[in-house]
Amino acid sequence: MKFPTPKRKIVTEATQSFTFSRRAMVVGGLQGAIGALLVGRMGWISIAENEKYQLLSESNRVNLTLIPPRRGWIIDRNGRPLANNRTDFRVDLIPQRIVDAEATVRHLAQLLSLQPDDVDRIKEELDKSAGFRPVQVADKLTYDQFAAVSVRLTDLPGVAPSQGFSRHYPAGATVGHLLGYVGAATAEDYKKRKDPLLITPGFKVGKDGLERAYDEHLTGKPGAKRVEVTARGKIVRELTTRPDTPGNPIKLTIDAGLQEYAGRRLATQSGAVVVIDCQNGDVLACASMPSFDPNSFSDGISHLEWDMLSKDDHVPLRNKVLQGLYPPGSTVKPMVALALLEAGVSPAETVSCGGAIRVGNTLFHCHKKRGHGPLNMRGAIAQSCDIYFYQMAQRIGMDRIASMARRVGMGQRFDLPFPSQSYGTVPDPAWKLKKYNQKWQVYDTVNATIGQGYMLINPLQMAVMAARLATGRQLMPNFLHGAARPEPALVGVPEEHLVTIRDAMSAVVNGGGTGGAARMSIPNVLIAGKTGTAQVRRITMAERAGGVRGNAGLPFKLRDHALFQGFAPFDNPRYAIACIIEHGGHNIRNEDAPMIASDTMSYLFDPQKAMEKLVTLEKGWGGTPAERQARQMAAFRLAKAIEKGQAPPPAAAANGSEPANAAAPAASPPSPPAPPAEADDGNDLPAPPGPGTP
Amino acid sequence: MSIIPQSVTEFPWRVLGLLGAIAIFGTLVLYSAAGGSITPWAINQGVRFVIFAVMALVLSRIPLELFARFAFPAYGAVLISLVLVELIGGVAGGSQRWINLGFMQLQPSEFMKPIIVLAVARFYAMLPVGEIRRWNAIWPALVLIGVPWALVLVQPDLGTATMILAGGITVMFLAGLPLRLFIGSGLTVAAIIPIAFSFLHDYQQKRVLIFMDPESDPLGAGYHISQSKIAIGSGGIWGKGFLQGTQSHLQYLPEGHTDFVFATMAEEWGMAGGVFLIGAFMLLFRWGIRVSLRTPDKFARLVAAGLTTTIFFYMAINLMMVMGLAPVVGIPLPFMSYGGSSMLTVMLCVGIIMSIDRSTRRATRVGNWA
Repeated sequence: MKFPTPKRKIVTEATQSFTFSRRAMVVGGLQGAIGALLVGRMGWISIAENEKYQLLSESNRVNLTLIPPRRGWIIDRNGRPLANNRTDFRVDLIPQRIVDAEATVRHLAQLLSLQPDDVDRIKEELDKSAGFRPVQVADKLTYDQFAAVSVRLTDLPGVAPSQGFSRHYPAGATVGHLLGYVGAATAEDYKKRKDPLLITPGFKVGKDGLERAYDEHLTGKPGAKRVEVTARGKIVRELTTRPDTPGNPIKLTIDAGLQEYAGRRLATQSGAVVVIDCQNGDVLACASMPSFDPNSFSDGISHLEWDMLSKDDHVPLRNKVLQGLYPPGSTVKPMVALALLEAGVSPAETVSCGGAIRVGNTLFHCHKKRGHGPLNMRGAIAQSCDIYFYQMAQRIGMDRIASMARRVGMGQRFDLPFPSQSYGTVPDPAWKLKKYNQKWQVYDTVNATIGQGYMLINPLQMAVMAARLATGRQLMPNFLHGAARPEPALVGVPEEHLVTIRDAMSAVVNGGGTGGAARMSIPNVLIAGKTGTAQVRRITMAERAGGVRGNAGLPFKLRDHALFQGFAPFDNPRYAIACIIEHGGHNIRNEDAPMIASDTMSYLFDPQKAMEKLVTLEKGWGGTPAERQARQMAAFRLAKAIEKGQAPPPAAAANGSEPANAAAPAASPPSPPAPPAEADDGNDLPAPPGPGTP
Repeated sequence: MSIIPQSVTEFPWRVLGLLGAIAIFGTLVLYSAAGGSITPWAINQGVRFVIFAVMALVLSRIPLELFARFAFPAYGAVLISLVLVELIGGVAGGSQRWINLGFMQLQPSEFMKPIIVLAVARFYAMLPVGEIRRWNAIWPALVLIGVPWALVLVQPDLGTATMILAGGITVMFLAGLPLRLFIGSGLTVAAIIPIAFSFLHDYQQKRVLIFMDPESDPLGAGYHISQSKIAIGSGGIWGKGFLQGTQSHLQYLPEGHTDFVFATMAEEWGMAGGVFLIGAFMLLFRWGIRVSLRTPDKFARLVAAGLTTTIFFYMAINLMMVMGLAPVVGIPLPFMSYGGSSMLTVMLCVGIIMSIDRSTRRATRVGNWA
């Protein structure tokens, strides 16, 4: 069969054939043109825009992870580490990538045998986390635990095990307030700085203390790990890795040994010790106890531990050295005496103490009810006679005392690398007028003379006062080793006045004065000092009539603060010290301010002997602070469990936890006496005077 | 010249060599796409090519008249299976393109691509020459094209529907319909496109919109085009080297062994590989067009040019798609993309063109000797 094309239309057929040929050429030509267009397009993409797409391809392929830089060490004046870094296996959670948070946390808790309170903390942080910020699950893992998590990664989306460094504080709690701690950056930090380093798992910023103040200095440059990843995020292989540059170290004036000693020597008390080098104002120790363990803070503290710390009446979360304000009590008397000397009072002049004097219509008592009899300046300081100072202070007036107080550092603000500080007050007529719009009264002077009333001081200021009384120079406290600073100004008193004061302060300790407990057993080194008692309550008329009730019988919060400031050696001062025991009440002799101060001071002269004594004492206190805190934690956990009804209340266990600081709240103090009734108070003074130093 | 046996000189060495070169290249790319493994793609593709090449050679032995005679019956059969797909597809839900025959999945729309060319060519071959400028020359062709086009479009398979339409229209154009018809309808279509756009499925609309601006949604629907351009662009002139492609091996490039195989290739072989591949295809099209120009028979030349254009559409639409010049419509690249259907179709086309070539040569030789 042939095609049905009639032969008679040959011309038309030829025309059509010609049309076909022409159009087929056109089609072919179009195909060629489109082919050329495609080649051109390809050339444009792969040659002209090659660089752009190569970059995009690289950013697809390569995943850059930052390696958190190791933090600079914080070392003491002798190069011993106060804060260093420890190799650490850790596991984090990336909230964004988690599929089933509940199951993931449960699985991890089982793998890593996490405590219930850790689990609670993780869940809480997961809730709060903004999605990009990693939540720490656990660190300081053993290799086996780390490996156990690592092999299950495919079942655990969002879990990021890593090997890094964690901050370590060898001295534990004793440096807690001084150094602060580190922790993961907050979401606000990240929003402010937009630095991807902040959300890198394992990266910590300084949160408090010197860690925060010198954060920038201590933070190094991050390293970078480049890994090849698939579109699904699976790591194919590691490419180049740039190591991190560790942060710069900081050398402090702190003596690590002394710092730890001071912290431990504070025993079970709530107190602070500051030691200052009399040559240049370097702070050698700055301890506030009890404290938190910065190691556990840096790991992300458990809810339970936080709860325990914040409920403790020994306020472990407050840095008492810089944030604690106390009435200085009788520790101001040497300063007042110096003002008296400056005002022309002869040190030999005597005042007869009969136990009380009347100022205006109020009777002001001496701490010794029967009176001291006639006393000169040396005796008045040694015996801490209130009557002597009541009388003498009235003679020279408050302004001169206030001027001296300021010159020895009371009320002075120091430019220190700590985020939060409170400064004491030196009241004078102008101050009172401005603050309360009231006229200064004579009893105000009398109160201020014995460090009560409006007068307040923090432990650092007290140590500065001791150092300035010792040297006559306005030393400024300093924490950075070798920091350049100007020659200190002089207090502006003649040397013989200082000699008089130093001699009197020595008599406090070594001459039968009130500070006998502070005597040091270092040959040829005598410590000079001044004790103090700061009242935190009013003495009622009933009490006065029936004799001041023993502090031991009072509830903790109502007991007097115990204070001590001093220096050694007394005739050529090398170190100055201040010690404050909150609500110490002078109850336990070896845990009272004078002996703590003197033992700490003795460490500087004979560390071995001082340490021996401390170890013996600690046995009676229930071990080192770390041991005591662990026991406290266990008791607290148990108490919480009892509260929730998860554990039976143990009959004997509660008594066993006695040595721990304000242990379980379940163990209430035996029969707290009723607080003194305000109504009984006959006079209406703003701050009634109390007895001075015992 | 008589030393070599006639059967050997007649054997289409050049075109087979060309196809072989493309197929070997495609197999290499699939080998790389599988991460340097001949399984699962390269080996299948290679075997398939051999089988289909043999099939094409067998086709080339079939007399042209047979194709002409069976053009309409074949068209009818494929049309019926398209309707069947539509009916069964209603049950399965979504986009239904397959009939499951038990031993294999049949995609009738794929066969429609060459068959439409045969059918329309057959129609114009039968049409008396004088009728060509009449309405009678237009509407039967439009029906022939329109019915399968509509059936495939509602599947919905925009890519295949477009190719069926383009194949049919090309034959109409070649058949000598007045030029103004094409220009006129071209303008009309341009006016209608915005209206038609609103009738497209959501995902089709999205594809079109994203094609306009793939970077607007680089992680969502624009992901394919973005990653494909990155793969091609990062290859540069000489490519990253065989087995060195990161976009494909790290699975950033989706469909790196099927629709986007060109990007896989371009990443490793660069501009050089692209030029080679496009050049090879161009030679194939040149061969096809030349076959059509040499053939005196009306049906044969319409078929040869039409089928060549069908293969061309595969290549052009696919490459425009992977290079971001066309929306993602799911048209594979012949011989390169993994998959049997497209290779089968293209080899059918090639086989038919070879058959035309063969019959032309015989006729010419006979004519020369006569």
